[in-house]
Amino acid sequence: MSRITSTLAQLREANRKALVSYIVCGDPTLAATLDAMHELVKAGTDIIELGVAFSDPMAEGPVIQLGHERALKGGASVRATLELVSEFRKQNSETPVVLMGYANPVARMGYAVFAEAAAKAGVDALLTVDLPPEESHELDAELAKHDLDNIYLLAPTSKEARIKTICDAARGFVYYVSVKGVTGSGSLNADDVAQRVEKIRAQAHTPVLVGFGIKDAKSAKAVAACSDGVVVGSAYVSIMAKAADTPMPEVLKELHTLVSSIRQGLDEL
Amino acid sequence: MSTDKIDYSAVPDTRGHFGPYGGRYVSETLMHALDELDEIYQRLKGDASFQEEFDKDLAHYVGRPSPLYEAERLSKKIGGARIVLKREDLNHTGAHKVNNTIGQALLAKYTGKQRVIAETGAGQHGVATATVAARLGLECVVYMGAEDVQRQALNVYRMKLLGATVVPVHSGSKTLKDAMNEAMRDWVTNVDTTFYIIGTVAGPHPYPQLVRDFNSVVGREARAQSMDRFGRLPDALVACVGGGSNAIGLFHPFLSDDSVAMYGVEAGGDGLETGRHAAPLNDGIPGILHGNRTYLMEDDDGQIIETHSISAGLDYPGVGPEHAWLKDIGRVNYVAATDNEAMHAFRELTRVEGIMPALESSHAVAHGMKLAAESDPDDIILVNLSGRGDKDILTVAKIDGIDV
Repeated sequence: MSRITSTLAQLREANRKALVSYIVCGDPTLAATLDAMHELVKAGTDIIELGVAFSDPMAEGPVIQLGHERALKGGASVRATLELVSEFRKQNSETPVVLMGYANPVARMGYAVFAEAAAKAGVDALLTVDLPPEESHELDAELAKHDLDNIYLLAPTSKEARIKTICDAARGFVYYVSVKGVTGSGSLNADDVAQRVEKIRAQAHTPVLVGFGIKDAKSAKAVAACSDGVVVGSAYVSIMAKAADTPMPEVLKELHTLVSSIRQGLDEL
Repeated sequence: MSTDKIDYSAVPDTRGHFGPYGGRYVSETLMHALDELDEIYQRLKGDASFQEEFDKDLAHYVGRPSPLYEAERLSKKIGGARIVLKREDLNHTGAHKVNNTIGQALLAKYTGKQRVIAETGAGQHGVATATVAARLGLECVVYMGAEDVQRQALNVYRMKLLGATVVPVHSGSKTLKDAMNEAMRDWVTNVDTTFYIIGTVAGPHPYPQLVRDFNSVVGREARAQSMDRFGRLPDALVACVGGGSNAIGLFHPFLSDDSVAMYGVEAGGDGLETGRHAAPLNDGIPGILHGNRTYLMEDDDGQIIETHSISAGLDYPGVGPEHAWLKDIGRVNYVAATDNEAMHAFRELTRVEGIMPALESSHAVAHGMKLAAESDPDDIILVNLSGRGDKDILTVAKIDGIDV
């Protein structure tokens, strides 16, 4: 059983919702990311999602776009991200780590080379925004060889047949994108999400987590009520942005406060 | 690789693949809209009344067919082959881009969407989109890299006069690729109400196919005009390649004609050896960007690198996936012309023939001139004059140190 599957199973058994926390690896420096990862866990994060910086992050809103730009300036790359995960694993062997990024940097490294190196580094899964199942066979096979989960997105626009295709292909969890839009968009409608997630759950063989547009305890609670958990990203990346000119302990403190308030919100369910 | 027996009309396959290129590399939110577009397009492209409507617009609104003009003075001056120009610069709005926007606007009409968006580099596609939007009464938003907004100020104002909103994009390199990222973000957000009119033969399937089909009128006309005027096909075709829509439009109807050589001319910038250029087919490697797999300009980590070209319309790190495939199978030769060579061609054509080409098209003219000099006097070299140079006057004046 993968680290993600067992983590989510334990949460479900305990009747708790999963909190997945996203930051961009290398934003603004690799050292800051490592500190932040440990802080995210301390404050109640169940799964860490690390953004792999890309020059053209098409699915991201302005906040995470800037995170990618800062990370690239700070020397981020796929290889640097894998090295960072290895570092993280020296102190933490329990918290699952999902890499989220775009196809080209992974394709450039080579799918087979990447999958082997990722497994060795202690990565648990990959989410590739621009690789829908139609184009991901080759990468998926390499990930499977190394027992890495492949996380797929489902969207408000996904029709019944695609929901089934993607649920059947998914390993680890299914990630439902709660809004039509880029990361960090507003206007989340919890009723719409609930209806959609119900349909997805009917087809899913894995837990269903919801992300995009969740920024605080209130929105997290609303969405988690109908799903297995939430993914929060832009709100944390806004805090990490301050690391460029604010002492790291202060940034970590602010991060901790937000994560634990969201954790608390989820635990009230 | 042998190109015998390739059925060029059979590509792309139903999933948009040209060999290992093309495809549909987008986030899940867009998959349904692309399925829908594909379904509509595959149905309408064989529909006689749709074609009739398209042809009628091309004739009466665009002014087609565009002439085939033999540049006799230029040919004589070079002292080689006969240079013939396909005059896409004479189209309404001044470039081949309008062929595609007319077609996609018709598709938009069938989808019932009231808002269109576009990305633009030189501004020609933005102008062509704003034009058809004005004509159909559609809301129009054009994304344009902030740097391009500066260097193509005339086209920006043209779009505004036509009623479009021009949004300068400040992320990344502030050029065409970033404009395309931003247009994609808009589309993801407004997918229910918005039709994305992509300006080149790139992007996710079915765009490379439908943009090619709409621009193939260029090649079909050129083929018929050549037979009519010269009693035979040209010996070589030359077209500039950024994303590659004018080139594929010219080339496609000739692909099965083995006697016709083809040259796609990329932007050589300061020279291929300097790395400062926009020539992925000459000096890039296959990768994934903007919804398709194709040749890209990228670094060892797979990050897309900044390109350089004097012409905003060619300043793009990728290229249409069909070109990538035509390169690999050896059917088309992809070469490059530098900024200086393009500028020289711009001045020559302007002074010798009284035709001012767009800086994009000047790359094709530059290679056409080079080829003509090396060819037999009886050879016919057909150069696609994809757009006119009015929009570039400020850029050229700046090079000449003149404040207009």
